[in-house]
Amino acid sequence: MTIDKNARYRTSHEYARRDGASIVTGISDHAQDSLGDIVFVELPAVGKALRQGEAFGVVESVKAASDLYMPMSGTITEVNAALQGDPALINKDPYGAGWMIKFTPSNASEWDGLLDAAAYEKEAGKE
Amino acid sequence: MNLKPELLVYELSSPGRIAVSLPECDVPAAPIPASLARSDLPLPELDELTVVRHFTRLSQKNYSIDTHFYPLGSCTMKYNPKVNEQTASLSGWRNSHPLADEEFAQGSVELIHRLQEALREIGGFEAASLQPAAGAHGELAGVFMIRAWHQSRGDTKRRKMLIPDSAHGTNPASCTMAGLTAVTIPSDAEGGVDLAALRAALDDTVAGIMITNPNTLGLFDPNIEEIARLVHEAGGLVYGDGANMNALTGVFKPGEAGIDVMHFNLHKTFSTPHGGGGPGAGMVGAGSRLKDFLPGPLAVLEGGKYRMSMPSKSIGRMKSFYGNFGVLVRAYTYVRMLGARGLRRLAENAVLNANYLKVLVEGTYPVKYPRRCMHEFVAMGDIAEGVHTLDVAKRLIDYGFHPPTIYFPLIVSEALMIEPTETEDKDTLDEFAEVLLKIAEEAKSHPDLLHAAPTTTPIGRLDEVGAARNPVLCYRG
Amino acid sequence: MPFVANSDADRAAMLARIGVGSVEELFGDIPEARRFPKLDLGEPLSELEVSREIETLAAKNLGASTCAWFLGAGAYNHFIPAVVPALASRGEFLTAYTPYQPEVSQGTLQAIFEYQSMAAGLLGMEVVNASHYDGATALAEAVLMAYNNGGGRHRILLSADLHPEYKEVIRTYFAAFDTKIEEYSGAPAQAKLDDTTCCLVAAYPDFTGEIHDLKAAADAAHAAGALFIVHADPIMCAILKSPGELGADIVTAEGQSLGNAMNFGGPFLGMMGVTAKLVRKLPGRIAGEARDHEGRRGFVLTLTAREQHIRREKAVSNICSNQGLVMLQTCIYLAAMGKTGLRTVAELCWNKAHYAASRIAALPGFKVETGNFFKEFTVRTPVPAGPLAEKLSRRGVVPGLPLSRYYPSRDRELLVCVTEMNTKAQIDLLVESLKEAAK
Repeated sequence: MTIDKNARYRTSHEYARRDGASIVTGISDHAQDSLGDIVFVELPAVGKALRQGEAFGVVESVKAASDLYMPMSGTITEVNAALQGDPALINKDPYGAGWMIKFTPSNASEWDGLLDAAAYEKEAGKE
Repeated sequence: MNLKPELLVYELSSPGRIAVSLPECDVPAAPIPASLARSDLPLPELDELTVVRHFTRLSQKNYSIDTHFYPLGSCTMKYNPKVNEQTASLSGWRNSHPLADEEFAQGSVELIHRLQEALREIGGFEAASLQPAAGAHGELAGVFMIRAWHQSRGDTKRRKMLIPDSAHGTNPASCTMAGLTAVTIPSDAEGGVDLAALRAALDDTVAGIMITNPNTLGLFDPNIEEIARLVHEAGGLVYGDGANMNALTGVFKPGEAGIDVMHFNLHKTFSTPHGGGGPGAGMVGAGSRLKDFLPGPLAVLEGGKYRMSMPSKSIGRMKSFYGNFGVLVRAYTYVRMLGARGLRRLAENAVLNANYLKVLVEGTYPVKYPRRCMHEFVAMGDIAEGVHTLDVAKRLIDYGFHPPTIYFPLIVSEALMIEPTETEDKDTLDEFAEVLLKIAEEAKSHPDLLHAAPTTTPIGRLDEVGAARNPVLCYRG
Repeated sequence: MPFVANSDADRAAMLARIGVGSVEELFGDIPEARRFPKLDLGEPLSELEVSREIETLAAKNLGASTCAWFLGAGAYNHFIPAVVPALASRGEFLTAYTPYQPEVSQGTLQAIFEYQSMAAGLLGMEVVNASHYDGATALAEAVLMAYNNGGGRHRILLSADLHPEYKEVIRTYFAAFDTKIEEYSGAPAQAKLDDTTCCLVAAYPDFTGEIHDLKAAADAAHAAGALFIVHADPIMCAILKSPGELGADIVTAEGQSLGNAMNFGGPFLGMMGVTAKLVRKLPGRIAGEARDHEGRRGFVLTLTAREQHIRREKAVSNICSNQGLVMLQTCIYLAAMGKTGLRTVAELCWNKAHYAASRIAALPGFKVETGNFFKEFTVRTPVPAGPLAEKLSRRGVVPGLPLSRYYPSRDRELLVCVTEMNTKAQIDLLVESLKEAAK
């Protein structure tokens, strides 16, 4: 299982990585592996404001469907359009080309409450 | 089995061909306004013999109860008696209109009434409705009824429904459709409802519990009456999911054990055919608290005449008209052929067959919960390195068996749920067990045979991921 | 013992292998006081006896084959070609299960795909599911779809002229939700939409038989940001523009007319189709094309992540089964009728209904109220329609549905249905009988 050491994580397997003033979010390598081949991902509209822990979308494989939760509160600034035509990007490169949303965080202190890479690795290893 | 590829009706089509002969029009033609008229109708054109060959050849690509042993756990794939087909296709039924004068339909309404009475007797209930079209439909009705009961008493804060983690997916889905929140209750180490967790979850925001007994592990929860008592004490009601009634006919009446409302699947326990996915029929039985809330109309006998009538506090209609009448005729035929004695023998033999098969295979396919099973049991199929339940299932196909239910219930990993039913003979069970053990051997010595399976079918394993990523749901020419 | 395969000898051997002395021992988990209750159900019957009993019951019914039948109102007397029951009753179709193991279910799966394709063509929609319980539940779930995806909009506009039972089913399904369900009268294009409306629901034709302008209604709905849902007569769609062509987002229909007997109201067939945009919100099973590793074409249940066995409480619907065999009958019917045959059936209905209406309209005191109609039209009668219909029924002519059955104040209206099953002689008999009985 690979871990992006620059990112922080939720126990529900979403990652958050700083990109200038924005946050980039997707799901971890562990998550894509347990879902299996991803067939579809539903993402929010640009401009939508969501709270930390609120569902921003759904990711589907043939055998499972999972809600996706915001790691921090914020307003969506970009969604990865490439995922509509090629959801497999999430399986192949979850931290890079498989990114899902970018948002402007509204409460920077929420970053501190997220799991850092080492802590997430331990959590995910337990499953 | 027909292994050859079969073209689609569109690909067999040829302009000008027609399969049906219709009479000439014996009245003057009336013009169709141009603004309303359709210009093109994209349907195929085939001659009658092609239609017959096409669907006959298609049918030969199916495994079915009529051709193969079909031990799908939780589905009760028992023999579908041919007499049912005969009684269901009588002209008096086929030509009967639901809105005809009551005088015209006394036969239909009487049959519905008799079946209502028989099924409620089997379940130990005070009243029954046959309107729901399927088990899940009956479930939805039951949850609506519980909600309506609380509403009628002004108890509007009961928004939670407790559901064991072993439950079928339709249970929580039904709750959502009825505006309730599903709260999961864990199973204990014996595979039953964890009573401590149940007690902790009960309060005055709980509308009730949805319980399947025997549960999806095939185990009878001996605490059922205590569970019902606890829920009632907390002011909630008990919904029984009757999908596993095949273990209980003539053995136990859920209505006597505190179940307030329950559905039966007539297409499971009561032998009506599965038809490739339906139609089913879902009886809903209710005890004294909920009988007036049943969906309707249902059949009543008044002054020597039968009529359809809405219960006084009914949740309303779940569908148009009176239910899947054609299915009800089959279930009634079956119940009359069995009688009280036959219904008890049914359950005894279903449970005997399951326990026998379990004893033959559990040494190799571990059964997670070791206590006595009822009409089905859940084993685990990951019996060798790199081999999963899916591989075992697909390899069974090559030996001429329909696979058991796989990956359900969710609380058992690599689940293989096996339900033989009472209509299978000992030789079939012996053969099936032998094959399962053989596959276990293959899994160790030649696992590639499992991974490549099936190889004796018209197509092999399909790329389901590709199908879901780029869905083609319609012929596009 | 009917249907139990094993003999006493088999059972004895099995009990020995399990290690118990009797079958009763297998039921030790059942509370003793509740075990083996008496069932007040009578003795088992032989096949001969049960057949006789059911035949006697069926003979108490009178139906469309023994009368001049003009009653529709949601269940229709249409012609069913012999190939339909002959092929659908094959054991391999009848006794197969839901096609979860596609390799051994290609018969069922290909039939579902063919049904979906033909139904999509007929209704003018891009995707059709493998069916719903009936037209009423399909419509209820269509409205649920619009509500669940309406971004919080809670107002639902239903035509007052939907089938009354369909309106009741919708209200049953929405009992737990905080919505405003309002009925509008007349043309759907005139309904008062606003920005709290999630959907506009119209029938094509409506319950009185009237065919409304759907295009104008679709435009109005879309302008207001609402979904346009149409419930259609599937045979009518063979000769009139499809609801899809006219702008519907979701189309439902009752497929009983397409190859299925009336059977006292069930099992019927809920047809449901959507635009491609809505496919992931569509409830029910859907078959899709797939390839195996050798590139062979096959069919498989797909987009299963919408369904209850995966999404559980978050599923778009709790529906598990479809109408399998009924859907298959419709598939065979559509394949057998084909482009020409279905058009012919529809034209026969159209012509005969218009002939009947023109003759009835010429009767003193009778008036045909419906403007544009297909196979059903509403007649205003000079005397109360209920007793009139009863009088005629006793003479072997069932003239239609008195609307007072659902709307007590509408006691001089009769909904008359004419299909390809009615001969000119029967229609003439209907007209003469109405004339006589109204004197």
